[in-house]
Amino acid sequence: MTNPIEALLAEKGVLLADGATGTNLFNLGLASGEAPELWNESAPEKITALHQNFVDAGADIILTNSFGGTRHRLKLHNAQDRVHELNKRAAEIARAVADKAGRKVVVAGSVGPTGELLEPLGTMTYDDAVEAFSEQIKGLKEGGAEIAWIETMSAPGEAKAAAQAAINVGLPYTYTVSFDTAGRSMMGLAPKDIHGVVEGLAEEPVGVGANCGVGAPDILASLLDMTEAKPEATVIVKGNCGIPQFHGTEIRYSGTPELMADYVRLAVDSGAKIIGGCCGTSFEHLAAMRKALDTHHKSTRPTIETIVERIGPLRNKTANQSGESAEGAEPRRERRRRG
Amino acid sequence: MSDDEIILSELSDDELVQQMHDDLYDGLKEEIEEGTNILLERGWAPYKVLTEALVEGMRIVGEDFRDGILFVPEVLLSANAMKAGMAILRPLLAATGAPKQGKMVIGTVKGDIHDIGKNLVGMMMEGAGFDIIDLGINNPVEKYLAAIEEHQPDIVGMSALLTTTMPYMKVVIDTMKEKGIRDDYVVLVGGAPLNEEFGKAVGADAYCRDAAVAVETAKEFMKRKHNVHATA
Repeated sequence: MTNPIEALLAEKGVLLADGATGTNLFNLGLASGEAPELWNESAPEKITALHQNFVDAGADIILTNSFGGTRHRLKLHNAQDRVHELNKRAAEIARAVADKAGRKVVVAGSVGPTGELLEPLGTMTYDDAVEAFSEQIKGLKEGGAEIAWIETMSAPGEAKAAAQAAINVGLPYTYTVSFDTAGRSMMGLAPKDIHGVVEGLAEEPVGVGANCGVGAPDILASLLDMTEAKPEATVIVKGNCGIPQFHGTEIRYSGTPELMADYVRLAVDSGAKIIGGCCGTSFEHLAAMRKALDTHHKSTRPTIETIVERIGPLRNKTANQSGESAEGAEPRRERRRRG
Repeated sequence: MSDDEIILSELSDDELVQQMHDDLYDGLKEEIEEGTNILLERGWAPYKVLTEALVEGMRIVGEDFRDGILFVPEVLLSANAMKAGMAILRPLLAATGAPKQGKMVIGTVKGDIHDIGKNLVGMMMEGAGFDIIDLGINNPVEKYLAAIEEHQPDIVGMSALLTTTMPYMKVVIDTMKEKGIRDDYVVLVGGAPLNEEFGKAVGADAYCRDAAVAVETAKEFMKRKHNVHATA
């Protein structure tokens, strides 16, 4: 089965995804704590503007405004019974912008975590998770999403459940994980292990990768691990635009367009096939990233030292410095374990 | 293998406490319950069991969590094991009037349903001897104010996992300022997307990067508070 992303990759080599949704909606007046997904109905013109600005900046892929679109997340805003319509609406808004772009722009249906813990740590069963994601992805597909874009995952089981849901609904899928804790995901998944997350499912992912996390240098360190583990995979990075800082009452991210342009060049050199921005990445940043992508020729694979030298220090330790098998992480003494 | 089977009741006090630290690390709930009961049967004061077996064990877990050796799944299992021990000790601690560290109101801010980190902080704080009033998830400023009024805590803790919800911490703190009560409480904030600069910018007393740091920070502030009272 060819899918729109593979077709576009064959044509362009490396694709540019979009920038931030949440933090850009703040600039359009979203109040903290409000559900961005409700704007698909109450302020669709703002969501249209968000997509349009990213398309104008040169995005090849735009993500629908549906990150918190599962019933678990919408419940907070008493909208758990409107999963289908809100997701469908999200995809329709993006679809309309993509259709008049004058070039191929892929509409990717954003699917974020439920916020629940899977059994046995929490109460959500795998089947419940598949069902909740299926409900969301069905709405996205009906509104015109061409692919399920599973993102900011932390628990491998939850990413797999979302992938299973995409397969059930009949959409190709990608998944990305947030490596924000000591170079791994909050639940301990290391970047090099990302490829095995959906092992056993009937359909392979179109791409896998990392999004959000901490700063741009850290996500590139994760990228090196992911591309090293499986060089032939389509690997995605959608990194934050620096780190959040308050200026008065406004949050701004520390990354400049120049920094994000260099992040794109380093990401290409590190083997990424789809590159975008996450929190804090504005239209201006994305335009600089487009230009970098169009003018850069893939060069030598960088080391972590090169990355740090060019775009700044890592905030966290890397994955091979963490976990129980890490160097220097030997248990303090011989542990007695039970048989 | 039966050769390796450890019979808790056959261990000396010191060995048993060491073993309980290991069992907490491995998240073994039933073994922690058993160990807690054995120490109590041997005449240990509930407070001594709490501090030397459970809190010390969780301190090790907390350190390895901080250092990226353990991750959330393992720490949740450890915290659950500790909770089982706490369930045995709690009524006994209340009856024996064991010393209290302080009181904390804690909750995830409005718009945010993520409570894993917040729950961990609550459990570790409780393990360290704090009284915890957990407001759960999705708390508007009114909920924090009502809980502050009702419980008169020493510390107010706020958690957020989303970049779209973390600015709400400033709303809560600004409202506390408006009411003239901000300086009556220690405000601690935490959550994956936050950092120290952010904590300062919203007007919190401290940003705590994980549950272990939250406990250390809370203890530090309580010490300062007591010093102020002592010299006042």
